[in-house]
Amino acid sequence: MTHDHDHDHHHDNELDPMAARVRALETILTQKGLIDPAALDAIVDTYETKVGPRNGARVVAKAWSDSAYADWLGRDATAAIASLGFTGRQGEHMQAVFNTPDQHNMVVCTLCSCYPWSVLGLPPVWYKAPPYRSRAVIDPRGVLEEFGVALPAETRIRVWDSTAELRYLVVPMRPAGTEKLDEAALADLVSRDSMIGTGLARVPA
Amino acid sequence: MGFGPVAPERDEPIFHAEWEKRALGVTLAAGAMGHWNIDESRHARESLHPADYYSSSYYEIWIKALEMLLKRHGFVSDADLAAGRAVDPAVTPKRVLKAAEVPAVLARGGPCDRPVAAPARFKSGQRVRTKNFHPPGHTRLPRYARGRQGTVEAARGGFVFPDSNAHGPGEAPQWVYTVVFDGREIWGEGADPTLTVSVEAWESYLEPA
Repeated sequence: MTHDHDHDHHHDNELDPMAARVRALETILTQKGLIDPAALDAIVDTYETKVGPRNGARVVAKAWSDSAYADWLGRDATAAIASLGFTGRQGEHMQAVFNTPDQHNMVVCTLCSCYPWSVLGLPPVWYKAPPYRSRAVIDPRGVLEEFGVALPAETRIRVWDSTAELRYLVVPMRPAGTEKLDEAALADLVSRDSMIGTGLARVPA
Repeated sequence: MGFGPVAPERDEPIFHAEWEKRALGVTLAAGAMGHWNIDESRHARESLHPADYYSSSYYEIWIKALEMLLKRHGFVSDADLAAGRAVDPAVTPKRVLKAAEVPAVLARGGPCDRPVAAPARFKSGQRVRTKNFHPPGHTRLPRYARGRQGTVEAARGGFVFPDSNAHGPGEAPQWVYTVVFDGREIWGEGADPTLTVSVEAWESYLEPA
């Protein structure tokens, strides 16, 4: 993205209050030489085009396809994920948690909105909002129902509250009937929500 | 119950308005000046009045907290904000993030692991109880997990202690442990019997059970 897109369009009087407030702050900081507007463009571009849930899906697909990689991911997720080129902000310390027929894992940050940016990108609004943050830890089955997920009654549910700098990547179970798929096709089955634990991997059509 | 349904949005866009993009950018770029850390930043957001916090969107909270931090550290004044342009001088920043540096800065992030000289006080499998406290400042022990018995699942190594780092006395790193609680220990009668909840707890949050 270039930085000439719409900073200076001519209807400031139509801006909503937050748009006006953010523009004012950016203007002040730019005039004082404290920020470089082109750096803001580069930050936005990173999370719009480079860092997103496709990264995490590649990690999961590789773990499904390569048991040695899955072992490494279980032991040292930070290094195993970095080997695919995914590192950095809000992914400095990673832990992979593997779903099994006996245990489903679900990730939340009740205190703020901690989320593994390096593998999932920026968090969705619902992840950052009070309903999910308050209810995931007390009523995960009710929350899952709202995502259209019904787990067997006997499946144990482990909720990981991201209270420190450790960030979790849920590795969903590999769907049946996917034995012949390559990693790229497998990655297409791995939704963002399945890596938060509010979804399951898609079953191929 | 509580705040109501989660209401996931189908095909949710990454941003819901142009200003949200600038809010993300300006927050990260201002943070890159290096005058506050992530713990001070989180605490600023969480220090909003609860009525303000709960009625603000994520990026609104970010911007309100960012204005607070910029004022606290001498970069922006009330007069600047009222005028919508630079009126008062700012202190000199340690650094200014340039566009060319962004990929490397984001790819590096800000690791928070630190060496801790003392051996870990707790070991995997040990029963522990979280302390019950209500500090006036920052903490990362959720209220629902205070005064509860759980089991240490893993010692994670030494990490910056946010309760200290948010307020200036330094990083004061401590051991961090994954502590797992039975759903019934936290929620009592009627809790989902299949539920366990874990938190990452700094060593000073814990005592032997």
